[in-house]
Amino acid sequence: MAGITLDHYLAVAAILFTLGVFGIFLNRKNVIVIMMAIELMLLAVNLNLVAFSAYLGDLVGQVFTMFVLTVAAAEAAIGLAIVVIFFRNRGTIAVEDISQLKG
Amino acid sequence: MTLDLVPVLPELLVVAAAVAVLMWGVFVQRDTTRDGFVIAIVAMVAAIVALGAIGGDRRLAFDGLFVLDRFAVFTKIMILLAAIFTASMSVDFLEREKIGRFEYPALVLFATLGMMLMVSSNSFLSLYLGLELQSLSLYVLAAYHRDSTRAVEAGLKYFVLGALASGLLLYGISLVYGFAGTTAFGPLAQLLGSGGATAKIGVIIGLVFVMAGLAFKISAVPFHMWTPDVYEGAPTPVTAFFSSAPKVAAMALFMRVLEGPFVHLFVEWRQVVVALSIASMVVGSFAAISQSNIKRLMAYSAIGHVGFALVGLAAGGAIGVQAVLVYLSIYLVMVVGTFAVILSMRRKGAMVERLDDLAGLGKTSPMLAFVMGVLMFSMAGIPPMAGFWGKFYVFMAAVQRGLWPLAIIGVLTSVVAAFYYLRIVKIMYFDEPVDGLDRVLGRPVALVMAVATVGVLALTFIPGPLLAGAKTAAMALFPAAG
Repeated sequence: MAGITLDHYLAVAAILFTLGVFGIFLNRKNVIVIMMAIELMLLAVNLNLVAFSAYLGDLVGQVFTMFVLTVAAAEAAIGLAIVVIFFRNRGTIAVEDISQLKG
Repeated sequence: MTLDLVPVLPELLVVAAAVAVLMWGVFVQRDTTRDGFVIAIVAMVAAIVALGAIGGDRRLAFDGLFVLDRFAVFTKIMILLAAIFTASMSVDFLEREKIGRFEYPALVLFATLGMMLMVSSNSFLSLYLGLELQSLSLYVLAAYHRDSTRAVEAGLKYFVLGALASGLLLYGISLVYGFAGTTAFGPLAQLLGSGGATAKIGVIIGLVFVMAGLAFKISAVPFHMWTPDVYEGAPTPVTAFFSSAPKVAAMALFMRVLEGPFVHLFVEWRQVVVALSIASMVVGSFAAISQSNIKRLMAYSAIGHVGFALVGLAAGGAIGVQAVLVYLSIYLVMVVGTFAVILSMRRKGAMVERLDDLAGLGKTSPMLAFVMGVLMFSMAGIPPMAGFWGKFYVFMAAVQRGLWPLAIIGVLTSVVAAFYYLRIVKIMYFDEPVDGLDRVLGRPVALVMAVATVGVLALTFIPGPLLAGAKTAAMALFPAAG
């Protein structure tokens, strides 16, 4: 696997991260897709951290990844809970219906 | 390795109280909301006492991840006071709206704990964990009134944009870690100071991402889109909490990060802070003019105030940090008092929150109008009110550090902002009265109002102790200079 260097990992992570950001802004359909986009961003960060950790020979990056994974799980739980009460109130989770508050 | 738990004693008190509130709520078979608030407030007062007892000499804990210094003590006391006041204002509201549950005080405690960890963080790992503990609790609090479509929508918006901000922050942290090789603040500052970071540009890109994430949390323009919606949609006591404690915590964290590990990249981050500051001041002043909902107005007001505070940060150095701390303390007193007034805006038992509902308040309830008048004059920065001194110190700091164009923009936008604060005074005293507001004031709300008014007046005439406190706190960020 000599051909794969740190740069490759960073490029993949950057692409995934950008996809995540665009997934949040360009998505006009469903809140669940936004949640997946958020998850994609966090996983891109994890990839970055692990790649750097291996490259630097320093364990902090991998420890950090463990914390990020844990927090991401908590974040997803809270996000889904909010989506559930939103659906209970409005009967929809389409992004274009999240528009009561504006000005 | 010995475990020194003394520096984290205040945090331990808060976390113990949060767990106690949850347990009490589960095991006692009746409504425990009020008990929960009592436990929460007692614990937070105890935490302040503990902070005072431990004192401010710099101490590390948790293998250097956590630092307690005078800066942390000062900001933690501000955060705890804000949390205590907003929590005590919430009790009556929750009972009236019949949404009282014991989770509310527990969530406030967890959010406060997160903020305390944020301002004490000494590494990107503890920064991230503190920030997320705070954010996750606040997402739930925003959507706390779960039968209100507006509150839930506010919660959802806050969650999505907050998660995006956390993602940006984390990506920045991963870049800084990768290019500098460490996440600890001390070594990072040394590395960047010695010019030893071989890939400095990578660290700078990471710094920009980190700043974007933090700017989101302090709702600086252009990362402010969530603020008006969340402020308007969330239940009013939650909005009061949002606009006080988390702002202070995020601002303090911003200062700790920029003046700590990245102090040697001052030239680089100053441009970003100046841009954020100008944009926030302009948007906060002009967008607020057309608002008719007072909570939405307060959101734009908060954005503007963040812009003014950032002027001090852009000035940088101990003098800038001191100015920001003074500004934030005064802002805290004013905003808590204003929300106490907003919480007492009720007509026939229902909350009203349009500006027109204040019409004729000067005749129907003179005391309320007087309190609001004092607070609005102070918010507008009319001399000699406390708010004026806050602005005075940040602008002076900017001028002394050669940023006079920024100070001029700040003065001009604060004139524009004065328009909508004074308009509230005009509505209260010169517009024809509509049906008077209900005259029943909850005792805690009245108490908070009184404390805030006295606080504003005290800071107006005797600002000395606050200045001295802020100065020692600011010096703690610059150990070499002190």
